[in-house]
Amino acid sequence: MLEINNLVVDIEDKRILNGLSLTVNDGEVAAIMGPNGSGKSTLSYVIAGKEDYTVLDGEILLNGENILELEPSERAAKGVFLAFQYPLEIPGVATMTFLKSVLNAQRKARDEDELTTPDFMRRVKKAAETLEIDQEMLKRALNVGFSGGEKKRMEILQMALLEPSFCILDETDSGLDIDALRIVAEGVNALRAKDRSFLVITHYQRLLNYIVPDTVHVMSKGKVVRSGGKELALELEANGYADYRELAA
Amino acid sequence: MSVITPIRTPAEAGLIDLYKVVRNTLPGTKATLKHRDEAFAVIEAAGLPHRRVEDWKYTDLRNLMQEAPPLAARPHLAETDPAIAKSKAFAAVSGARVTFVNGHLVTTEAIPEGVEVTPLAEALTNGHPLLARMGGPEVARDNAAVALNSAFVADGAIIAVADGVTLEEPLVLRFINTGTKAFATSPRVVLAMGDGAALTLVESHEGPGGVGYHSNSVVEIVAGSSVDIAHIRLNAEGDRALALSTLMVTLGADAKFASTGVVAGGHVSRHQVFLAFAGERSVATIGGATMLAGKSLADTTLVVDHRVPGCQSRELFKTVVDGEATGVFQGKIIVRQHAQKTDGQMMSAALLLSEGAAMNNKPELEIFADDVVCAHGATCGQLDDELLFYLMARGLPRPEAEALLVQAFLGEALEPIALEDVREELTDMVASWLAGRAG
Repeated sequence: MLEINNLVVDIEDKRILNGLSLTVNDGEVAAIMGPNGSGKSTLSYVIAGKEDYTVLDGEILLNGENILELEPSERAAKGVFLAFQYPLEIPGVATMTFLKSVLNAQRKARDEDELTTPDFMRRVKKAAETLEIDQEMLKRALNVGFSGGEKKRMEILQMALLEPSFCILDETDSGLDIDALRIVAEGVNALRAKDRSFLVITHYQRLLNYIVPDTVHVMSKGKVVRSGGKELALELEANGYADYRELAA
Repeated sequence: MSVITPIRTPAEAGLIDLYKVVRNTLPGTKATLKHRDEAFAVIEAAGLPHRRVEDWKYTDLRNLMQEAPPLAARPHLAETDPAIAKSKAFAAVSGARVTFVNGHLVTTEAIPEGVEVTPLAEALTNGHPLLARMGGPEVARDNAAVALNSAFVADGAIIAVADGVTLEEPLVLRFINTGTKAFATSPRVVLAMGDGAALTLVESHEGPGGVGYHSNSVVEIVAGSSVDIAHIRLNAEGDRALALSTLMVTLGADAKFASTGVVAGGHVSRHQVFLAFAGERSVATIGGATMLAGKSLADTTLVVDHRVPGCQSRELFKTVVDGEATGVFQGKIIVRQHAQKTDGQMMSAALLLSEGAAMNNKPELEIFADDVVCAHGATCGQLDDELLFYLMARGLPRPEAEALLVQAFLGEALEPIALEDVREELTDMVASWLAGRAG
């Protein structure tokens, strides 16, 4: 599904990713853990195609194709989805208008027919019910005045509607109380499938109790320094990241 | 002491010659002529306003008006019918219609009971009683655009809405300009609203592309107490037009006034709003959306005069500037000494879409009372990269992501329009402007 080889990335002459390599297989849920400043969020932005970064070396292959030269919208059409750590508020854009625009833009990019309004409404209603999203919320401007938990649920709703093949969850657990975390995790778990992979970026092990990963990778100073199974997360929770700072040095 | 002889620009010299020729042919009584002469004296003495005149600092009319084209004559039927047929603005909006072609009233349709429309040329000739209420609020006195209109006005309308009359459907004023060579129009409309009257006034200004015509319209609203007025104005003038326009409003007590303007046309345009609160507890909401591209300039100049206590004013203007165009917003809230408990808030926000785009924002407060709540703000920025990335990461290609953000930005200024078909038409206009930009 996703293969990253020797990725070197700077932001304003500061090295953030320093030869990072990572492979995520079809249907795999991979967790990325690491201390603050290890480059976790940068990794998510670089995969999604944010402009602020300079990629100096390496490649990101999605199903064998290097996506580094593609616009963010083209990557999205090919199945990349980033659930933002801080979803943005867009005043003046009604949530439903936004959802319909993005869904149809992706379908158009893939030469698929636009959805009919009833079909679109049915899909939104179904996804909203699973995520306990109130219909009233969908009438408001996107994310404007939403609570932290509502914003995160809205991200997962978008993920459910867009049916991406490679989903990145960037610190999805931040700012969530335990009930919201459960709802979000259930939403994610419902989307797990043979042909869909996840990269779950988190600082704490807590989220991984709800979204149980297949693999855990530890990042430090811009590279993956250790990989293992889900038990690695528990070990990190017990011992902290101190050992890994040494390892990357 | 040396005597200063002002150097006249060709346009100024042309206006003086033109006025000499037309002053005796324009309609009106002796009183009208005296009024015309007084108005023209303002122009003759000071010349056209230029950048060293504070109110015209960003719109140097002396420089921008390069000639004084002849006044458009009353058009023949053979000209008016095709021009009206070509008019697109608010075609789907039902209601009463008053149509002006090149500034001359040509038709009235479906005027409801309680509303009286008199052609201004006729009113000036016969000395209509409502002429006494013409002239606008004090803050509009000596304004150059109003003075030019007062001097050269040939026609327009006096519209009287009787006390307590509520118009169920809007009153549409269509100002249609037509011609293939440069011409000038100066229509004037006086809307006198009786106590407790209510209406929606829809105004459209259209004209031919590629013709450097000058339009200079004035709409005056003189309202009694407890009126409820919604006003929507569309500038869809031709791409070479020099379009000056003024809205003057005097509100009685307990009045509600809401105005939204959209600027989508004109090479150089300046829309002025002078609003005076003459009665207590009234509320005015004034806003607009301006779209600018190419090398055009659009100026919105606003003066809100709180002359009495306890009134509320709200202004929200949005401007999007592309290409090498220039936007101007000048807004002033005056609170007179006795106008305690005034609540005034003014905001102008601009979005610059290109390197060559410019915006001049000048908000001002002039407060003489001590118990008021007043605020103003002005912003000027580019599209937010973070928002663009968010939309693009969801699959919207860059032009669509930009269009969605611009539409949302301008949309806020259109929200107050209650008439759904009017709001939709203006929203579509924004969408097609954006589509034109992408193409």
